[in-house]
Order: sequence, then C-alpha cells, then structure tokens
Amino acid sequence: MVHSGRVMCTVIFVLAALSFAVPARAQDAQADLRAQVALLRQQLDALQQKVAALEAAAARPATASPAPGTPAPAPPAAVPPVVDVPAGAAGAGGPTGPLPVFGNASSQSKIFNPDIAMIGNFIGAAGKSPVDPLPALQLSEAEMSLQAVVDPYARADFFIAASSEGVELEEGYLTFTALPGGVLAKVGKMKAQFGKVNTLHPHGLSWADTPLPNRNLLGGDEGLNDSGISVSKLILNPVLFLEATGEVYQGNNDLFTSHTRSNLAYVGRLRGYRDVTESTNLDVGTSIAYGRNDIGPDATTRVIGVDATFRYRPLRRANARRFIGRTELLWSRRDLEVDTAKAFGAYVSGDYQFSRRWFAGARYDFSDRADDGSLRDKSGSLVLTFWPSEFSQIRTQYRRTSFAEGVKANEFLFQFLFSIGAHGAHVF
Amino acid sequence: MKATIVATVAALLLLGASRPGAAQTLNVVATTEDLASIAREIGGDKIKVTALAKGYQDPHFVEAKPSFVLTLNKAQLLIVVGRDLESSWLPPLITQSRNAKIQPGGGGYLDPSTSARILEIPTGTITRAMGDVHALGNPHYWLDPENGRRIAKAIKDRLSQMDGANAAYYAQREADFGRRLTEAQQRWKGQMAPYKGLKIVTYHRSWANFAEAFGLDVVGYVEPKPGIPPTPQHTLDVINAMKAQNIKIIIVEPYFDTKTPNSIASKSGAKVLVLPPSVGGVPQASDYFKLFDTGVALLIDVIKATGAR
Repeated sequence: MVHSGRVMCTVIFVLAALSFAVPARAQDAQADLRAQVALLRQQLDALQQKVAALEAAAARPATASPAPGTPAPAPPAAVPPVVDVPAGAAGAGGPTGPLPVFGNASSQSKIFNPDIAMIGNFIGAAGKSPVDPLPALQLSEAEMSLQAVVDPYARADFFIAASSEGVELEEGYLTFTALPGGVLAKVGKMKAQFGKVNTLHPHGLSWADTPLPNRNLLGGDEGLNDSGISVSKLILNPVLFLEATGEVYQGNNDLFTSHTRSNLAYVGRLRGYRDVTESTNLDVGTSIAYGRNDIGPDATTRVIGVDATFRYRPLRRANARRFIGRTELLWSRRDLEVDTAKAFGAYVSGDYQFSRRWFAGARYDFSDRADDGSLRDKSGSLVLTFWPSEFSQIRTQYRRTSFAEGVKANEFLFQFLFSIGAHGAHVF
Repeated sequence: MKATIVATVAALLLLGASRPGAAQTLNVVATTEDLASIAREIGGDKIKVTALAKGYQDPHFVEAKPSFVLTLNKAQLLIVVGRDLESSWLPPLITQSRNAKIQPGGGGYLDPSTSARILEIPTGTITRAMGDVHALGNPHYWLDPENGRRIAKAIKDRLSQMDGANAAYYAQREADFGRRLTEAQQRWKGQMAPYKGLKIVTYHRSWANFAEAFGLDVVGYVEPKPGIPPTPQHTLDVINAMKAQNIKIIIVEPYFDTKTPNSIASKSGAKVLVLPPSVGGVPQASDYFKLFDTGVALLIDVIKATGAR
C-alpha cells in the first residue's frame, strides 16, 4: 500500500511538471502531450482501483472472531515471506529449504548470527547491614550473551556484563569440541572450574547473593575469573562419570596477582558423578587453585575445595518437583608479610521445588577471613522463588549475618531476574 | 536343482556374514524413545540404540546429566527431534560429549524434522508474550504416523550412508516398516472413523499432529499459553467453552498435574484421559506401533464411557 502511494505521488509530480511545460510548447507538441496525459490518467485510474481493492482486502477481518474461551486458531492464509537458507547451512541442525522470515527473534532466525540474549538482575535490599550494605534498589547487572558455533571444530561464548562499575567482559572463550582423545579445551577469559558456585553466573545461583566462603576466600562476587587455557578429559570407566580438568591462568584476578609474566595461576579439578536411581544422583568434586597473591612475588595463595551435590528430580514430575542439596568446603592458605593465614569456610544449602512455579530454599554459610583465620563471619538465609515463566524469576531472601567484629545484619533481599533472547542452556 | 539353490544361498549368506566390518554394530543415541523405536525398526541388529529421555518424561524438561555425556561420548549417530524441543538441555551435552561426529553439522547428527510435516509454524511477529512458543513449529510431530514414515526414511538414508555395506538391509527393513505402518494406519483409521471431528481439549500443545492424523479437533488447552501453568480465569473460560460445545474429553500428558484438568472435568461433565505422547509413556506403549494402538484404544474407551461425539 505504501508502495502504491509512492507511485501515485510520482505520477502527480510528473503531471504537474508536464503542465508547467505546456505553454512553452508548440501546437502539435500539445496534442502529443494530451495523448500522454490521457495515458497517464488511465494508469492513475488503474492504480486508484488497485489501491481501493487493497484497502478493501485489508479492512476485511482475517478470521471470524473465536468463541469465548477458545484459543484463536492460527491465521490460515497469511503466508510469511520466505528466504532460502544459504548454502552451507544445510545439516547444521537447522531446517533446510525455504525458511519463513519472522519479525522477531527466534533461536533460528539468525541463520549465521550468534544467539543473543540479555539477562537483567535487579536486586533490592531492605533492613540493616552495617558492613558493606547493598543499595536499596539497583540493577545489579545486565548480562549480554553471544553464543554460536565457530566452525566444525569449535564454538564460542561471550558474556558481557554491564553494572554500576562499568561494562566488563565477564567471559569470552572458545571451546574446541572436536579434539581427539576425549579432550575438551577452552581458551579465553572464563570462570575457573573451581567447585560449583564459582562456575555459575549470578542468574544461575539459587540465591540473590554469593555465599560467604566464596566471598571471603575465592575472590568475592566476581570469583576466580581470568584469562587462560582449560583442558578437561573424561576418564572413561564402567563405574562413574569422571572428569579431570587442568587450567592455567594469567594470574591476575580478584584472588591472585601476577608480578611477572611467569607468575601464572593454576586450577585443577576432579569431578565424579553417578546416577543413583533415574531420579536421584550424586555429584562430588575436589578442586585446587594456586597462584601468587598481592603481597609479593614470593607470597602464594592456595585454596582447596570439596563440593558435593545431591539431586532429586522425579522424571514423571520433572517440571514441578525437585530437590537440590549442596555443600562446598574451602580451605585457604595465604602467605602474608610475615606469616601465613589459614582460613576455612563452608556452606550447606537445600532448594526444593514444590510446584511448577515455586521454590523454597535455605542456606547456612560461614567463613573465616582470608587474612585472618580467627575472624569468622556466619550467615543464615531463607529463600522463596517464584517463576512466572522459564524466562523470569522473582526471589525474596531473608538473610541474617553475624560478622566477626560482633556486628549483626538483618536484611531482606529482593531479586528480579529476567531474560530476553536466546540464552544457551546451562551446563548441569 | 533345489540343493544347488540352497547351497548358493547359504554360500552367499556366509560370504555376507564374513565380510570384514559387517559384524560391527553402529552405536545410535536418540533423544526420545519414539526416535529410538523407529531407529530399531530400521537398524535391526546392525545398530545398538539408546534413548536419553524416558517416554514418561516431559521432553522439554530433561536434565543435562553427566551420565548422558558418557552415552553421547560413545555415540556414532545422534538422532534429535529438533525444532527446539531439546534446546534447553541437549546443546551443552553435545558440547561436553567430546565427540566430533555428533556435533550439529557432523555426519553423526540427524534431525529428521527437516523432512517431516511440521504444524503450527508461527506466522507474523512472535514474542514470548505468547508463552514458551516454539518458533520453528510444533515439535511433537512424531505423533503423526506419516511423519513416522518420514523419520524412518531419514534414518534409513543416514544409516545407509554411514554403513554402506548394510544399505540393502536397511532399505529392506524400511520397506517392511512402511508396509506394516500402512496396514496399521488403515486399522487405526477404521477404528477412529466413527468419531471423525470429535472435539477435545488438551493440556499442552502436544497433539496437533495426532489430532490431524486421527481426525480430532483440538478446540482448547488447559494451559493458557504454551509452558504457562493454568490460571483461574483461563480455567473458567475452558469450562464454559467445553459446556458450550459439549466437549467430553480432556487429554493430559502423563507428566502434567491432573489437578486442574480434574476440576475442569468435574465442572464440565467431561473425563480426563492421560494419554502417552511418547513410546514408553505408559508400559503398554512399548514401541512406535503400540504407541498408537494404546492411544487409539484408550481414546475409544473414553469416548464410549462419556458418550462424546
């Protein structure tokens, strides 16, 4: 319709131009022009008829209105425009042949663009906290993910986080999926495979905050996240899933400090997993991280972790019932100016999904301070989470913390997590 | 003369059996039991088939367990339903499988939905305000036996490509499967013929292909939108619509809570029918044929019990 309108304008413009030209012309030329004008008038009439027909078609209702309570049937006649899949996309798991083109994002509308998603993490806090209080209302983080297969040998994942502290590349790594010998290698900036909480993004946690041991002993909210190389191998055996991971990092992050190029940091992890029944399973792991710390090139930090997760999810009710019980224990040994500080921290948590949309959870966590093993913070939390859909979560958390200095905090945390776009599924 | 033929056939068989490589079985992994069942029909004893999701499990909500990583690590062929059905759990498993063959695009990755008849492909602008809408169309396409035939052909083609030595075997088994399927389809059509156009309500949009194949008319859903649990207002609307149109049957997948469907049923005088959407959904639906045998039998029982028409 817009198109025919444009044609009409052009026609009118041409007519006007012609009428100005008329007086300057000779008699015979005028007859010629008259004929041309008549022709144009005919064309204009035809166009007007076409426009009228189109308007009538648009005014006609596409379908009869459905009976109350009945879902509207799919519009029958509206055939979307089609585009051919570029050669080479065939067999990439996507559909082949002509594809409908839609006006909005779908995980396949991209053809070659990466899957793009944005996750908002809004946190509100109420109550009293004398130590490091959270703002009352804050869009704590907006995380953008860009994920795609690079070539037949690798895929790439980028996570860019924007917060009040600025925009930061949270992760960006290449995963080689086609290496021989059961090896999976990652290169880039990534969260180290240390325990469970450290590997998860904030929206993957069942709480609005990070447990104390990770905050005190493993680099805070950011966690152990650095540029490096990660290699993991499956150790095939008939008893259980066993995976060994070795990682080398640049050594500059919230936990480690690299004073010279050779001051690398190392992370190792051994993870075992076994299905107990079809609906229960056990997941245990042990991790170690080692590198130089901020005291000096001779001062090192070593953290050893043990984690265990028990999961229950009955297959017949997998969409509405599950329990996850988890614990992580961390032992830190950190060289100081004169002596060495040893610290210990742990958390234990349980999360229960009691209906399709509701989760309840509890967590107890405590941790010594990395610089002083005699200072211990303790905290307990109760959590209630509501899932309006798979793409958003609303969470409230009551947290009571007793800090080593003797001060106490009683807080309510509120969290809104929301995701748009195509966010890749999370690793188990 | 007869003895010569027998001897020749026996010799040929022996030759065939002793050909190098012919004895090796292909390790096939299918994401659902439906695909596994069809793969077994085609592959016979030349392949070993494992299914990841159980038939009584919601295929949208499968956990990406590390034990599946081990299964996928050994797979030579991975058959997926596709159309984003497994998108919330399969991609990380494939990445972690350390198996180059089954990566999307690899020779060991098969998505038979590309050759199947897919319904409900959304037109126009789609947003998640429509719920967990499948942008690539309804992924429950195996519930039309005609699509079973298409899936079988896709599997036969791929197996013949991967294992050329047994191509004739796969082709023969596909032909046999097709013949038995045609027979069964006639039987099912005959059984369902008196109830053509029967109006039903279903919980989730799992039954579009099934309804098309068996002449049912799905006029409403217990879920207000795909993946969104029932709301009081929508439930009321469904009850009113069912009363107005005299709908007597609510079909529910085994993995959904029957509380809301039961309450709708009691208020509208209908019956709830738990129907398996997949092989293994109930014990008697033990293969692709029995899935429809069971479905049709259960449906006819409830039609007779409710007097629905």
